[in-house]
Amino acid sequence: MSELRELYQEVILEHSKHPRNFREMATANHKVEGFNPLCGDHFTIYLDLKDGAINDISFQGSGCAISKASASMMTQTLKGKSASEAEAMFEKFHGLVTGRVAQEEATGEGAGATRDSLGKLAVFSGVSEFPLRVKCATLAWHALRAALEGKEEAVSTE
Amino acid sequence: MSIVAKIPPVAAAKAKTLDVEKVRGDFPILHQNVHGKPLVYLDNAATTQKPQVVIDALERYYRHDNSNIHRGVHALSERATDQYEKVRAAAQRLINARDTKEIIFVRGTTEAINLVAQSYGRKHVAAGDEVLITAMEHHSNIVPWQILCEEKGARLRVAPINDRGELLLDEFEKLLGPKTKIAAVSHLSNALGTINPVREMVRMAHARNIPVLVDGAQAVARMPVDVQALDCDFYAISGHKMYGPTGIGVLYGKAQLLEAMPPYQGGGDMIASVSFDKTIYNKLPYKFEAGTPNIADTIGFGAAITYLGNVGLEAIERHEHDVLSYATRAVEKIPGVTIVGTAREKSGVLSFTMDGIHPHDIGTILDREGIAVRTGHHCAQPVMQRFGIPATARASFGLYNTKEDVDALVVGIHKVLEVLG
Repeated sequence: MSELRELYQEVILEHSKHPRNFREMATANHKVEGFNPLCGDHFTIYLDLKDGAINDISFQGSGCAISKASASMMTQTLKGKSASEAEAMFEKFHGLVTGRVAQEEATGEGAGATRDSLGKLAVFSGVSEFPLRVKCATLAWHALRAALEGKEEAVSTE
Repeated sequence: MSIVAKIPPVAAAKAKTLDVEKVRGDFPILHQNVHGKPLVYLDNAATTQKPQVVIDALERYYRHDNSNIHRGVHALSERATDQYEKVRAAAQRLINARDTKEIIFVRGTTEAINLVAQSYGRKHVAAGDEVLITAMEHHSNIVPWQILCEEKGARLRVAPINDRGELLLDEFEKLLGPKTKIAAVSHLSNALGTINPVREMVRMAHARNIPVLVDGAQAVARMPVDVQALDCDFYAISGHKMYGPTGIGVLYGKAQLLEAMPPYQGGGDMIASVSFDKTIYNKLPYKFEAGTPNIADTIGFGAAITYLGNVGLEAIERHEHDVLSYATRAVEKIPGVTIVGTAREKSGVLSFTMDGIHPHDIGTILDREGIAVRTGHHCAQPVMQRFGIPATARASFGLYNTKEDVDALVVGIHKVLEVLG
């Protein structure tokens, strides 16, 4: 039960039920779909990039609690960040949900710096105990990365 | 090779009842803890567990009899060939085919359907023709026909289903037209549990000289199947969904159709003689069994067929009916739970959704309770689209499941509500 509580933290459940920036964006200059064909999760990420920075970001679609909350908190975190900051954030987030960050902490490297720099996103650390759910947590991020790279075709986690 | 057996399929089993505690003792994998809880395995529509007799048959074959079949003159090859061909006879009796030559060993249902689409289909379906399927098919009974239709410029037609997940039989009949060259239908839907009135559907198609392939992957381990009584032209099954190994299945086909069909794959064993000028193909069933087959798993499959016969398919059918009815009554009472697939004729499968909770999250929480269910689209995305949902959670039952397993599922669903509700 405790691992489940770690996974489904209150913040995550709250975002999955009341996602932020959950809207289409008419002014978006980048738009990419991300989907997980195995479980049917399907999101569209909208980006308004201005001078290399994320002026506005939103999303639409459906998915499990983890994927939806992750998309919601990603949009909150990244608004106003530069494209390269967003890329760096994804690297750290990926390390968190795959357990790499915890491993580094266990060996004394980083000593919590990565986790601290993730801010609120650190609530997703419980995902690392559920390897099958890593794809859920990173779906929106993969779509975001594709959008930042100027791609237009849909991103699949398979 | 022709064994004309008229033994009625497990006639003696009629009076049998299923001793579920004894049956559970036959499956070593069931007796383990998952995440600290006793395993409750409810993913039988994906694959079933294997009884000790199947595991033993595989081991015995590799320890004592492993050899290539149909060609060696030595003792091991003779033993392997003998065991392999006995399974063909067992499969023939299981589904009451007329002759062993109507039993083609394949990798599974998927390969069986692809064989028919590529061999029968490519020969008989032309531009402007139609192939008819239903809206409840598994991807394996959709995509092979789409590939065929695309190649030939033919059209795939789909008979609709109602909100209970039942086929609209009138609509199915209307779609059987002069351009229809084959109909391919599931016996028992893997996503909904619906049992189709296959006998009636075959009668309708045959009235217009249209052959029918039946996808029996989910049906054959849940009820007695008699291909002569159904009068279907092809019947496809998978060993791993009937307590046997993966990688082995059967395509049943009426001999006269199989005789007239071109080979599916070329290679060793499917030939009578080869020269660079001309190759004479082997007779049935070997014409469709190119290359060294999956000998060990076929022999394991034979042990599974024997096991099913001993437990009794009618006893299994009654037992699973009881468990599904009990589960349906228990699960439909839980607030916010909707059962997807409520056909009057149904078996083995309980698909459901929960208000505001994605099936993937249901699956994760049940897993932590030791309960294995499948979540997702169950390789039947058009079914999900029909019901306007991205996915379901699916509990599917097997002969070893009990009402206690259902009780555990109900507790698990309440845990889902507690964590996510």
